[in-house]
Formats: sequence, C-alpha cells, structure tokens
Amino acid sequence: MSFVTIFYGISFYVATLILFIGLAYRVYEYATIPAPLKIPTPPAPKTKKGVAVRLIREVVFFESLFAATKWTWLFGWLFHFALLLAAFRHLRYFTDPVWFWVSWEVVQAAGHYAGYVMVFGLLGLLGRRIFVDRVRYISNPSDYLMLLLIILIALSGLAMKWVHTDIYAVKQFFIGLMYFQWAELPSDFVLLLHLTLVLVLMIIFPYSKLLHAPGLFFSPTRNQTDTARDSRHIADWAKKMETRE
Amino acid sequence: MAVKEFDKPELKEFSTIPKLVEEATSHLAPFKSNEEFQQSLGYPGELVENWQDKALDKMGELLKKYRSLRVYMDSCIQCGACTDKCHYYLGTKDPHNMPVGRQNLMRGVYRKHFTLPGKYFPKLVGAVDLTREVLDDWYSYYHQCSQCRRCAVFCPIGIDTAEISMAAREIMDSVGVGQKYCNEIIGKVHKIGNNLGLPEPALADTLEGLEEDVLDDIGIDVKFPLDQKDSEVLLVTPSADFFAEPHVDGLIGYAKVFHQAGISWTLSSHASEAANFGMFIGSYDNMKKLALRIREAAIKLNVKRIVFGECGHAWRVAYSFLNTLAGPFDFLDPRYPVPQHICEITYDLMNKNVLTFDKSANDDKIITFHDSCNVARASNMGDVIGGQFTIPRDIIKATTNKFFDMEEDTIKEKTYCCGGGGGLLTDDLIELRMKGAQPRMEALKRVVEDHGVTHMAAICAICKSQFSKAFQYYGFELDQIISLHQLVGNALIMNKKEL
Ligand code: SF4
Ligand code: SF4
Repeated sequence: MSFVTIFYGISFYVATLILFIGLAYRVYEYATIPAPLKIPTPPAPKTKKGVAVRLIREVVFFESLFAATKWTWLFGWLFHFALLLAAFRHLRYFTDPVWFWVSWEVVQAAGHYAGYVMVFGLLGLLGRRIFVDRVRYISNPSDYLMLLLIILIALSGLAMKWVHTDIYAVKQFFIGLMYFQWAELPSDFVLLLHLTLVLVLMIIFPYSKLLHAPGLFFSPTRNQTDTARDSRHIADWAKKMETRE
Repeated sequence: MAVKEFDKPELKEFSTIPKLVEEATSHLAPFKSNEEFQQSLGYPGELVENWQDKALDKMGELLKKYRSLRVYMDSCIQCGACTDKCHYYLGTKDPHNMPVGRQNLMRGVYRKHFTLPGKYFPKLVGAVDLTREVLDDWYSYYHQCSQCRRCAVFCPIGIDTAEISMAAREIMDSVGVGQKYCNEIIGKVHKIGNNLGLPEPALADTLEGLEEDVLDDIGIDVKFPLDQKDSEVLLVTPSADFFAEPHVDGLIGYAKVFHQAGISWTLSSHASEAANFGMFIGSYDNMKKLALRIREAAIKLNVKRIVFGECGHAWRVAYSFLNTLAGPFDFLDPRYPVPQHICEITYDLMNKNVLTFDKSANDDKIITFHDSCNVARASNMGDVIGGQFTIPRDIIKATTNKFFDMEEDTIKEKTYCCGGGGGLLTDDLIELRMKGAQPRMEALKRVVEDHGVTHMAAICAICKSQFSKAFQYYGFELDQIISLHQLVGNALIMNKKEL
C-alpha cells in the first residue's frame, strides 16, 4: 500500500466524518433552537404543504434571488444546477454495480458538460465580486477563496478528460474505502489535486457559509406558516414567562 | 435641538443604484437613553463594567433563544442580492446600510467569538473583536434600520436584517446603551398606557372634543366612547390618532363605520396605544408586558372582539404576535379572529352592504396607496394570501373614483419603508429619515407626474407622521398624506340612527 493511498484513504475518512457529523450537529442545533415568533415573509402559505411548495421553489428555482438580481441569479443558478449534474456523473465512482440511470449516456455527458457550465457560473460570480462595488465591499478573502476553490475543483476535474487518469482504479479506491477493502489510488498529479481540493471543501463545509444549504430549510421567514391568529406559537423559554394559569 | 445641515437628495426620474460612499452616515446616531428610562425598562442606566463579556454573554443567550439569529448569522453567502434593496442604502449610500453590510457588523463579532474559523483565522473571514468602535458602529447603524424587512423578501435564504437589528438593540440595552426615543416611550406606556403619556382625563377630553367636531360637521351624534363596559368591540389604536393630523381623520372614519354599522365599541384608557415599541428594541419581555395591557383591558371591559386601528408595526405585533404574547383569547367571541384590523371590519361591512359609499365625496382627490412595510411584509388581513394588499385597495376603490398604484417594485411585498419606522421617528435622526424616504418619494413623484395623483393614503401612524415631514421636505404638500379611513369617513353615507 503506497503512502499516497494511505494518506488519502485516511483523509477521506476524516473529512467524511467532519462533514457528516458537523452537518448533523448544525442541523440538530438549528432544529432545537426555537423560533419564538411568527415571522414568515409574504406571500406566506397557510399550510405545511404550502411551506413545502415554497421551499421547493426556492431550492429549485432560487425564486427570491430571481426577484432580486438577474445576473447573480443566472450565475448562481447555473453553477448549482451544473453542480448537481456533475454530482450525478460522479455517482459511478461510488456505486457498484453502477446505478442504471447513472450509467446512461445522457447523464454522463450532461455531467461532463456541466463542468464547463460550473466554471462559467463561478467566474460570473467572481466577476460580480470584483466589479460590482457593493459586492466587492462585502467580500472577505474567504469569499474569493471559496470561489477559487470550487473553480479549481471543476477545472482539475475537467482536466482529467485530457490528462490520462485510470478512472477504473479511482473507482476501486473509493469502493474499497466504502467497504473497508482498500485498493491502491493512482498517484496522478491532477487527480490528487482534484481530490485534495474536494477534501478541503468537505472539511470547511460545516464551518463556513456553505451552511446556507441547511440554513435555507430552517429560515423562519421561509419555513413558517401564516397562522398566527389561529394558534399560539409559543417557545419553551417564553412559556416560563407566562404568569397566569 | 439643532440638526446639522445635510445635502438634500434629488428626486430622480428613474431610481438608480448609487455608488457606495464609505462612512457617509457614520455620524448619525439617535440620542442615548438616560438612566431613568433605562431603569424603568429593567436595563442598566449606563455602560456597565466589563460590558464586552456581558454583551457577548447576551449574544450567546439570544443565539440560543432565536433560531432566526443563529441561522442568519451562519447562512449568509455574501452574495450581494440584498445590497441595493434597503431604502437607507439608496438614500445614504453608506455601505453599512446595505442589509448585508448591516448584518456583517454583528456577524464579524459572531464569527470571532462563536465560530472556529473566526477564532483562528479572523482576517480570512472578517471576524472582529467587540471593541468600543464596533459598539459605536452598532449603535449608529442598528439605529439606521427601520426593521422593514424589504431585504428579507429578496434574500435567497430569507435572511431578515430586522431580526439582527432587534437582537443588536437588545444586546446594547442589556449593557446600558439604549435609545432615548424608544425607551422613553415604552416607559410611558408601562406607566400610563400610551406613547404620548396622555392620561385618562386628557384622553376623555380629546374624545369629547371630537364628538362635538363631528356633530358640527355632519349633524350626527357619532360617539367616541372611552372605557365603556360590555361594548362589542375594544378598539386599540395608535395614540397619534387622538390628535395628530392626518391621523385623527382616520379615527373619525372608524367611529363613523362603527356608528353606521351599529356596532358598539370603546377605547380603553388602560390600553390606549396600539403601537408596541417593545418590538423595536427586540425585547420579548417588554413587548409581552405591553401586549398584556390589551388583554387586561379586554377582560376588564368585557368586550367580545379586539380591533386595531391603522398602524403598521402595531398590526404586526397584533396580527403575528398578540396571540402568542398575550393569548389565548378564548374569552372573546370565537366567531371572529383575534385581533381584527379596522380594514377587515370595513371591508366586511362594505361587502355585506351595511356600508354604502358616495364616491364623489372624494372626487377632489386622485389617490395612490402606500403599503406600510409592517403590514405588507409582516402580517396579513382577511385570512387570504395577499389580503393585506387587496383589502385596503378594495376599500379605496369603493370609496373613490380615481386610484393609481405606484410602480410594481415599490408596492405590496416590495414596498419601500416610509423611512421613519422601527423606532427611528425622532428628530435626532431627521437626516436619516429624509434620505430614507427618497425611494418612496421618487415612486410617488412618478405617479404624480403620470397620473396627477394628489393624495397618498396610508394605514400606519408612523408613515403618516413621517410623510407629513418628508412631503414638505421634497416639495409636496403636508396634507397630501391621508388616512385610509379618512376616505371611508368622507364617502360613507350616514343616516341618522342612534345606537
Ligand atoms: S441577499 Fe441574503 S445571502 Fe445574499 S448577501 Fe444579502 S443577506 Fe447575505
Ligand atoms: S430591514 Fe429594512 S431598513 Fe433594515 S436593512 Fe433591511 S431593508 Fe434596510
């Protein structure tokens, strides 16, 4: 077993733990902190079903962002949608036998071209950070680095189309990690770069603004029903302030 | 007091997004609350020793009490979608008045003290210590937010800067840095029952005067009852309705509606204020105490329904929070929601033909309608989605012949705040108020030029007061802002029946 294999094997275990435990802990925190008052923004649904529809529309179409700014919406939406397609393509490395729909030509091809779309969207977002004075003002180094990180992940991924990589061996490596029967990881530079950057992304996820992903689902302005007059909405800590019985 | 001269913004044909100007309004901050007002609300009288630790403790406490605060501190992508959505940014050009800029004043401290990356790599993520300068910035810019929630509508995550402003004010109050305007007023309500500190005899006097005025005017003895037990309706209205123009014409309108519909009603001297400034300072505790006065009054007067007059923030607390803060209201008539808005009452009666209107009574006016931020974005009416937009407009259309809406992205859920909400309606912030009114004034100017609009109707006491000033400042007439129920009162066909 090469050093590279051992190093990346352990790193992926650690990063996966940080990602999942970290995220689970954040979700636990968000879920257990009360929202003591009704604060949905209009048009606020009256039913839970309405809330589900609202959240789906936000997640799928970025509806609020669309109303706010078309450029950020365009770049942001393209990036996220492409990311999803690219993720589908990557499922072939983690499923054995490969799920039938993942092996479809259209899914694989879409996943490949999505890489370019991702880069396009991310460059657009980077451009806004650099050229729009308001966005430049609010940008911290971490905001630029985050974009660069994902751009490099996408570029290094795309580069493997051109520099030879033994993707069969890569798959054996990941399947091996999943079933605790380790296999050698090829030590090609571009591949290792790609994987290293992904590791970084996994580790910072629960500690960064990437928390907007779970955050949206816990955002009281979006996930509450408009039923304030129908029933009391009282938090446990507020109950303790009730003096009358 | 003297307010420094400031450059008057020019109203433009098309609203544009200004280039930012750093520190443009860093000199603006409201007067600080003195010891007496602070202590009457249960806060320390002046900046306490080791205030940093205390403030951080308080912040930690709020992060565990309000999911909004915690999720919003974590989830901002710094995408910039909200940066041009705040009327205060558009009016002042100060980047701390971009909603995300305002949030980041707290987020920097949050990152430093409550997150790992902020602790170890502060420069990388913009984390800062809670220094005296930061506290001063907080005081300045968290009092340049009217908690109007326009930003929250556009944010892809739904981040509501109002939640953060409220938390910041609560934290500052807890270490002895409070705002005079809000805290003085809250103290008055705790003690006397309304924002103006108007005691019962003065109130009774005022109402008597109104009865005489209306009798002189239309020859009908419309009553303005106070503390009348066993009435059907307890009306809770902003105290400005008792004497300020154009508010009082709204109150006359409500009285005519009740009179004509034959609904017995009363005001209460114990709960003679609809506005709940406890919300502005983010204090659940104070908000609850103020809300409980309404419950107490309803029980004491043995009424069947609670109705709120025209007031935006009051209606937010009433519609969205009252049941939670002071409920359950199981002692009231279960056939009606608790509480109701006066517009819901009028709308309902109008649809049942209990009220009929002579629209020509308002023919001297061409009307537009200003959606008050807290009605539009933090409440509802009539239990249908969007009722808070359609019901007031339907009432206007039923009582006037000429109505034109302002531009689509300046009304309804995208409405601009008047510039004076959220506890900022004080003369020490006049520069901010006038600059913040600019986007609304530009939209108004366009309908004035395109459709000859002569009057803007509103359903909020703060809006009405703020616009009275802003109209004069921007070259309109003071009396072009009117109460919605003034239109109702004018057009209502009254017959002489006694209650
Ligand atoms: S729109 Fe929302 S996520 Fe984007 S910068 Fe503003 S507050 Fe942050
Ligand atoms: S709540 Fe209103 S005033 Fe405050 S930052 Fe948002 S848009 Fe501006």
